[in-house]
Amino acid sequence: MILQAENLSKHYGALRAVEGVSLHVARGETLALVGESGCGKSTTARLLLRLIAPSAGTIRFDGQDITNLPAGRLRDIRRRTGVVFQDPYASLNPRLRVGDAILEPMQVHRLGTAAEQRARMQSLLGLVGLMPSHAERFPHEFSGGQRQRIGIARALAAGPELLVCDEPVSALDVSIQAQVVNLLKDLQSRLGLATLFIAHDLGVVKHMADRVAVMYLGRIVELADKRSLFANPRHPYTRALLAAIPHPDPALRGRLRPLGGDIPSPANLPPGCRFQTRCAHATDICRRHDPPLQDGVACHHHAELPPMDMAYAGALSETATRRLARFAEAAAERRA
Amino acid sequence: MLLTVEGLATSFGRMRAVDGVSIAVPAGRTLGIVGESGCGKSVLSLSIMRLLAAPGSIIAGGITFDGQDLLAMPQRAMRRLRGRDIAMIFQEPMTSLNPVHTVGAQIIEALRAHDAAADPRATAIAALTRVRIPDAAAAMDKFPHQLSGGMRQRVMIAMAIACIPRLLIADEPTTALDVTVQAQILELLRDLQAETGMGLILITHDLGVIAEMADEVAVMYAGRIVESASAQDLFDDPQHPYTLGLLGSIPRLDLDRARLTAIEGTVPPPHAWPPGCRFAPRCPFAITACDAAPPPLRELSPGHQAACIRAPL
Repeated sequence: MILQAENLSKHYGALRAVEGVSLHVARGETLALVGESGCGKSTTARLLLRLIAPSAGTIRFDGQDITNLPAGRLRDIRRRTGVVFQDPYASLNPRLRVGDAILEPMQVHRLGTAAEQRARMQSLLGLVGLMPSHAERFPHEFSGGQRQRIGIARALAAGPELLVCDEPVSALDVSIQAQVVNLLKDLQSRLGLATLFIAHDLGVVKHMADRVAVMYLGRIVELADKRSLFANPRHPYTRALLAAIPHPDPALRGRLRPLGGDIPSPANLPPGCRFQTRCAHATDICRRHDPPLQDGVACHHHAELPPMDMAYAGALSETATRRLARFAEAAAERRA
Repeated sequence: MLLTVEGLATSFGRMRAVDGVSIAVPAGRTLGIVGESGCGKSVLSLSIMRLLAAPGSIIAGGITFDGQDLLAMPQRAMRRLRGRDIAMIFQEPMTSLNPVHTVGAQIIEALRAHDAAADPRATAIAALTRVRIPDAAAAMDKFPHQLSGGMRQRVMIAMAIACIPRLLIADEPTTALDVTVQAQILELLRDLQAETGMGLILITHDLGVIAEMADEVAVMYAGRIVESASAQDLFDDPQHPYTLGLLGSIPRLDLDRARLTAIEGTVPPPHAWPPGCRFAPRCPFAITACDAAPPPLRELSPGHQAACIRAPL
């Protein structure tokens, strides 16, 4: 187990940003944290990275309790963790040449000689699909997708065992997003990295993750193997998320099921289950007791819910599938 | 036809951000415009509104709205038309709403500018009610920062539809919103269209939103329309390699794929557009002939056009 959190909470006064979150990331696996704005997924990531201090709970990195480790002793953990941010432009120093930005983590952690660091920097550029000559350029000379490649190279520079990706593709155009998703997936399998993948796009999550944790108002409401989560979503909120995605299939038109109401404020939580104010299945018990995450789902009624209509995802037409296969083939030939 | 755009070209100095675009929007129908950053979709909508900032200017083509030639219309008449007959909503409501005025004051100001209501306050409340804002009268006195993202987008839509426009141009109206809120806004736009019979131009990069909302679709790449079809035909029978690439780029919930079929490279900026097909440098099907001249839109089946010399693939 590379990363493990137990009962992690973060309160800012009355505001309960994260409450009782338990999760783990095993070596080589990808755990996705999904949810909408304000669900606490980014706060959870910052807690796990020890960028902010938890109000309660414990965090273990590779078995070692790091919950209260003083900043000075976090160095080793920082070296073993790479972070990819949503906006690579904001996370890259505009006055630092790309090569220097990638060298920096190696220099900070004194990894190898200067010559070895330069060689590794060059090979990282190649690994993320950039050219050796790009090392001499500045971040503003690159497109959004290329900048994210630079951000990934920098995150990998110190040879991390865990990669934390916070919405790494959500600021990118669709075609560029696909390139970066493919790159991340290749890197994962090539380097055997454990990944915590934070995202709001369930399509991207389904593509990237092994397991998925769905968060709502600071709590994990469902945590399951990817396959079972998408084949049989159990929490009403997970189902609502899935039913709200418009799919690229006009045959499904008019089948969107918008979730009613607004998300309550985390500073003024409803009593009982946090989802009860918007849940079609809520009863008395839901308004009195906050259900714990048990057997992967935090819902009083999950066992009684009818199965979800799984035709929600739509399908690609035969013609489109055939042409797309030809497109992929031709693209592969061109690469080779 | 409510709106007809014919061969429109808009240039910024020597760069043609929109180059020979033709679209048509009937009343009560939705035209989806798909494309990524830099494809010219936003310049197209600003051209229709005649809201181009210098040095942007329309250098060719025509725009006809309800039989009137918009390009020949004097500024004063155009100002009257904007907001009243043609309205627009943008991606980020927080930057389009004034933070120091209440929601009500802003809607009333828009109504007064057009002398559009005998009782502006009542009309403003009616508009907020129409976009399903609970307790619209109370919402009138709120400031934008007191509302959630979804509520702000509703206020933006309320402002845009307060005068019951006949054409609404929505530029990435749900891109900044969470999916559950997006679903609410899409449903709202569809209901408003059914109620008022307005024409809708929906600009988005999201093919899911297109499949959900659009009757007709135009796919734009580097300033040009590369494919145009009914929504059903576009998804059933995608013809242009760029459309295929977009379809391949979306991670789908119905498929398990090891890799997404991505499009290599990036959209070139206008000053670097190649002389032939602008997609050719990224196209896996490109042949030498593609670089010779820009391919014209060709009809491949009734109502379905693509600008690709290799189609049907």
